[in-house]
Amino acid sequence: MSPAGRQGRASAFVLLEDGTRFDGVACGAGGRDGFATGEVVFTTGMSGYQESVTDASFANQIITFTYPHIGNYGVSAEAMESERIWARAVIMRAAMNTEDAPGAERGWLDWLTDCGVPAISEVDTRALVRHIREAGSMRGGVFGGSTEMDEAMAAVRAETPMAGLDLARVVTPRETTVHGAGGGGPRIAAIDTGIKLSIVRQLVQRGALVELHPCTTSAADLLASDPDAIFLANGPGDPAALDYVVDTLRKVVGVKPTFGICLGHQLLCRAVGLQTYKLAFGHRGANHPVKDLQTQKIEITSQNHGFAVLGPDGERPIASDEPVRWTTDFGDAQLSHINLYDRTVEGLTLLDVPGATVQYHPEAGPGPNDSLYLFDRFLDQIAAVA
Amino acid sequence: MPRRDDLQRILILGSGPIVIGQAAEFDYSGVQACKVLREEGYEVVLVNSNPATIMTDPEFADATYVEPLLPGPVRQIIAKERPDALLPTLGGQTALNLAKALHEDGTLAEFGVELIGARYEAICRAEDRDEFRTTMQQAGLKMPRSAIATTAQEADDAMIDIGLPIIVRPAYTLGGRGGGIARTPEEFREIVHGGLDASPISQILLDESVIGWGEFELEVMRDRNDNCVIVCSIENVDPMGVHTGDSVTVAPQQTLPDRLYQRLRDQAFAVIRAVGVETGGSNVQFAVNPETEEIMVIEMNPRVSRSSALASKATGFPIAKIAARLAVGYALEEIDNDITRLTPASFEPAIDYVVVKWPRFAFEKFAGSDQRLSTHMKSVGEAMAFGRTFQQAFAKAMRSRELDAAADLHGTRAELVARLERPSSERYDVLLAAFRAGAGCEEVQRVTHIDMWFLRELRQLALHPEAPFAGTRSYRAVDTCAAEFAAETPYFYSGWERDGEARHEVRRGERPSVVILGAGPNRIGQGIEFDYCCVHAAMTVRASGRDAVMVNCNPETVSTDYDTSDRLYFEPLTLEDVLAVVEIEQPEGVIVQFGGQTPLKLAAGLQEQGVPILGTSVDAIDLAEDRGRFGDLLDRLGFKAPPYATAHGVDEALAACTRVGFPLLVRPSYVLGGRAMEIVYDEAGLADYLRRTAPPGPSGAATLREIFLDRFLENAIELDVDALCDGHGVWIGGIMQHVEEAGIHSGDSACVLPPHSLGPEMLEEIRATTRGIALALGTLGLINIQFAVHNGELYVIEANPRASRTVPFVSKAIGVALAKMACRIMLGERIEDLGLPSEAMPTEHVCVKEAVLPFDRFAGSDALLGPEMRSTGEVMGIARDFPTAFAKAQAAAGAKLPRGGTVFITVTDADKAGASGIAALLGDLGFRIVATAGTARAIRGMGVRVDAVLEKIGGGDGQNVSDCIEAGEVDLIINTPTGSGARADGWQIRRAAVARGIPCITTLSGGHAAARAIASARNSGEPIVLSLQEIHRERTRAL
Repeated sequence: MSPAGRQGRASAFVLLEDGTRFDGVACGAGGRDGFATGEVVFTTGMSGYQESVTDASFANQIITFTYPHIGNYGVSAEAMESERIWARAVIMRAAMNTEDAPGAERGWLDWLTDCGVPAISEVDTRALVRHIREAGSMRGGVFGGSTEMDEAMAAVRAETPMAGLDLARVVTPRETTVHGAGGGGPRIAAIDTGIKLSIVRQLVQRGALVELHPCTTSAADLLASDPDAIFLANGPGDPAALDYVVDTLRKVVGVKPTFGICLGHQLLCRAVGLQTYKLAFGHRGANHPVKDLQTQKIEITSQNHGFAVLGPDGERPIASDEPVRWTTDFGDAQLSHINLYDRTVEGLTLLDVPGATVQYHPEAGPGPNDSLYLFDRFLDQIAAVA
Repeated sequence: MPRRDDLQRILILGSGPIVIGQAAEFDYSGVQACKVLREEGYEVVLVNSNPATIMTDPEFADATYVEPLLPGPVRQIIAKERPDALLPTLGGQTALNLAKALHEDGTLAEFGVELIGARYEAICRAEDRDEFRTTMQQAGLKMPRSAIATTAQEADDAMIDIGLPIIVRPAYTLGGRGGGIARTPEEFREIVHGGLDASPISQILLDESVIGWGEFELEVMRDRNDNCVIVCSIENVDPMGVHTGDSVTVAPQQTLPDRLYQRLRDQAFAVIRAVGVETGGSNVQFAVNPETEEIMVIEMNPRVSRSSALASKATGFPIAKIAARLAVGYALEEIDNDITRLTPASFEPAIDYVVVKWPRFAFEKFAGSDQRLSTHMKSVGEAMAFGRTFQQAFAKAMRSRELDAAADLHGTRAELVARLERPSSERYDVLLAAFRAGAGCEEVQRVTHIDMWFLRELRQLALHPEAPFAGTRSYRAVDTCAAEFAAETPYFYSGWERDGEARHEVRRGERPSVVILGAGPNRIGQGIEFDYCCVHAAMTVRASGRDAVMVNCNPETVSTDYDTSDRLYFEPLTLEDVLAVVEIEQPEGVIVQFGGQTPLKLAAGLQEQGVPILGTSVDAIDLAEDRGRFGDLLDRLGFKAPPYATAHGVDEALAACTRVGFPLLVRPSYVLGGRAMEIVYDEAGLADYLRRTAPPGPSGAATLREIFLDRFLENAIELDVDALCDGHGVWIGGIMQHVEEAGIHSGDSACVLPPHSLGPEMLEEIRATTRGIALALGTLGLINIQFAVHNGELYVIEANPRASRTVPFVSKAIGVALAKMACRIMLGERIEDLGLPSEAMPTEHVCVKEAVLPFDRFAGSDALLGPEMRSTGEVMGIARDFPTAFAKAQAAAGAKLPRGGTVFITVTDADKAGASGIAALLGDLGFRIVATAGTARAIRGMGVRVDAVLEKIGGGDGQNVSDCIEAGEVDLIINTPTGSGARADGWQIRRAAVARGIPCITTLSGGHAAARAIASARNSGEPIVLSLQEIHRERTRAL
């Protein structure tokens, strides 16, 4: 029995802000009446749907999965990347519930429903993705089939555009928490702009003690416990809207080794004076090749970002595989990782103060484990400074 | 640091004849490698004994050797061509083993040839079970535990180590006889006892059972910088226990959570690194217990494989092409992704569709064989399909199989479910029927262990077969990136969306297009030869300034390489699917002549819909197939044919038989590869045939469909002619004389070109008759005519105005690409425009084609040649004289003729006189002659020595024939079973010969040829090797 069928195949549709409409059937929360709006993005990963929807970087976004069958192995506690679903809604071609898969604790669609997340299936997702690829990511919504078009369009237009949006405040914790036993490893103070649990897990597994601070934390609070390093997490929204985090960072760069992933990479770059911009439709998936310019090795990476850092001369694609340099407010920075798909900046190293960042997700969850070495490199650098 | 400049000339080894487990996928990979290496400026030397391949077209290499893939000939080729490197990873197990042998015998070192792609040590680590196990252990990877035991005590000790359940396999028994799965110690001891008894060497192999675990394959690529990527994951719908080649498989994997899949991915990299494959592709197979998440490495192939061809076609990532570039020094990031042309090959394809592969079986050809599926591959081909969902892909793949007969799905729900317990070729047909009969997923899972995800999908499909196809069909691009980037390469599949709007991604230029219909899954009677012709058609259409559009569903082939045509539609070859492509393409015409029966069956339907068919008209094809109409035509032209009759049902057949006269060749109408064709010698035999071939059901025999009765011309010489006709003129490409007498299916018979025992008058009569028939049929393109010469008279057996199985063989023998010429005719050119030589027949060399039979795979089936085709592939021998060419062909076919030793002869009465001639020749060559009593008497009667007389099986107390064969005391067998005698006598002999790999010749003329070949080999030593380019140059000079 397909879950869509179980709900009587209530019709639903996706409406994009340019008026493009794709029909499907409702399969998540709310059935005919449920709806959600947000920025419509797509991810090309073929597995790891639960990790994706619980990644806070997807806050305010509606995820389109390009792989048709989603839900094949149900959901389980160990695949959570945060404590809740952050995606606003889910768009699929052929949703499955699969509550009885080995290792599943609940069915995928049952869980979306419980969590109040609207979802739509039987959508021609490929046509939708091709549209976004051509026109760029845009606002949109998932609506019950009986929703009037002008009502739906009004809801879509009411959604705040992603550019300039501070979502860190939405996803960040209220209190500082501490993770790990700290078995002789470094103490790492992280600004939690929506950190994935996989990142915490990777650090803790390596013996680190990780403090997660609210994004509004001050430099003094961050440094209060005399941490060995500062970590900047992934997260949603526009880095340009987070000047308060950037201001905090400017006070810790050079004081402590500083490392960032994804949004954290963008924030650290902004903190040292570099610029970020919005990509046409972002990088979301598990197959982008990234080259480590230090080792010349290529890793297949997990990606999830809509903004990127400009090159030294303001360029978006960087022509060569040379470790080009930026002049920053904290000395020179050098390109350490480049995306071989579109040659955008995937990571850089601060040369005059201890610090490094990557745009992609070395922690996987979901996606390949090729880049886990970065956590070792990070901890080695902390040890070297200490 | 791209391209190695220290190499100039690279030797590539092909995989030889098509056999079960090694099929057209190695032509696909070899062609890609040849193309790429020549593009890179290397000279390519190619060896492959299989003439039906595209790779052996002389234009794909600088020197092409159609020679046996054995160390002797390849050593000679190396000495002659002096390549710098040998790339052994593209020709399957055959090429890998051969490369290993050439390393071990010192040839590679002697001539300074470097192994590239996979080093010797890596090949050993992957291929040797013990070394592989050690390597995996060192890398910290798990494999199922295993042991060898020769006593019950050893077995007991091993059981404690391995743990239950255990798979017990006796060594050297046919079809795993005497083995089984033990779940309790008692069961184990019982099976061990039986297994030790069953094994001729009292040895059993014990393996930890992972039966029922999920089976997964990952296609890995690695470059010299140690960068690794996974091209594709493949999940077997059939769990462990069924060979992956026989399993229905799906890409990408469906049931593993991301975290578990990533563990597989990490382990696949660990395997390729530990084995030490430095550059290229490898296939790694895993067993996964979904409950415990345990992972076991099952095996790895350090080379391209059937699965890598599948992965390439499923994703658009051309593994062989990239492996070839990696082997000569490139890194993945230095190679472009062909499809996007913007992104590098150092990535992992993301796909947004589902691909399902179905095996194609041919058990109907091997009566008496065990049809159950196991770890021993038995399928002969495969079909693949794309869909937007699993159900779409599964149903499309299912209809791509083109079964000759529907599966028997009678029975109650309980009976159907019970049938699922032992996997068979009809497994999924039965499974769907069980669901339709009301079975639930749980009860089906209990007996099949198939993952519930698949069962739930299949149950939906069984109950609502039309549901996945509701909505609108759109053609979508296979783009490697799930639409993230624009695709430049026009490779399409169709998927259905509920949305009313068709959103095709096909971009059609201004040029007119021609649609070429492929041959579908390989099967016996319709193999790679037809794909060869389709590829030639595509090349010709492109060269003519039109867009070549290919439609096919066989993932193994060159035709489904997106490089072959201007647009590729990977679609089932059904009328509905083809019409949908025609609708999009609006082609100038459709070519149905090259893909065997598959497209021919669609021709009438296409024509009815107003689709233009290029070449010979549908009516002419029908005329040639219709015995009555064709008989009338022959009468009108004054050509002789054996007496025949067409009967409907048993009574008519029995009435007609005396009029036609015995012996009779009987078969149902419209058959391919002589399916269900037999020779009967009397009324009783005919009645028996009719009873056996009657359709099931109460009125079976009475409702038997149309059958043909032909007088069988015993001891006639059979001939095949391939010719071109443009409606005005005829050009004869080749006349082939069969080595075996009439009665052996032409596809299974060895043949020689030019004919070696026909006079000029007879050859002229053959030419004149060919011209007469081709013109009378209004042939536009190719025609194949089979003749028999009986008592000095020429008879027409049949004519087929379309591409035949022998087209590639003839093309290679004469140096003219017949299919290309035929295609030019179909596009409007005349024979005189084609620049053909006036005479095609070679004078400086002789070519022999030999069939390769799969009897070793079908325990229980008779290894006997007959009117029903059973070969899977063919080889070609080229030499200056017939005996040498025949010997080369035999060696290439895997039955290398001995130089000396013992020959065992047993023949029917009619053949006894002839047999003594062979015995005399072999006796003179120093062979020890042994024979059964009757044959020995006849041979001695002619004054020829017989060294020993053997008892027939089951007769007397003396040494028994099959004991002798099994003991390895016989080196050559000549056993002719044709004639009216009971055929079962020879059955055990042939079976034993197959099991021991001893050449077994079943016709007298074959025996003569073998004797002459042995004599010639003994006189002149190793025959010299000849490249196609050399012999074609000689021909051009001679003209």
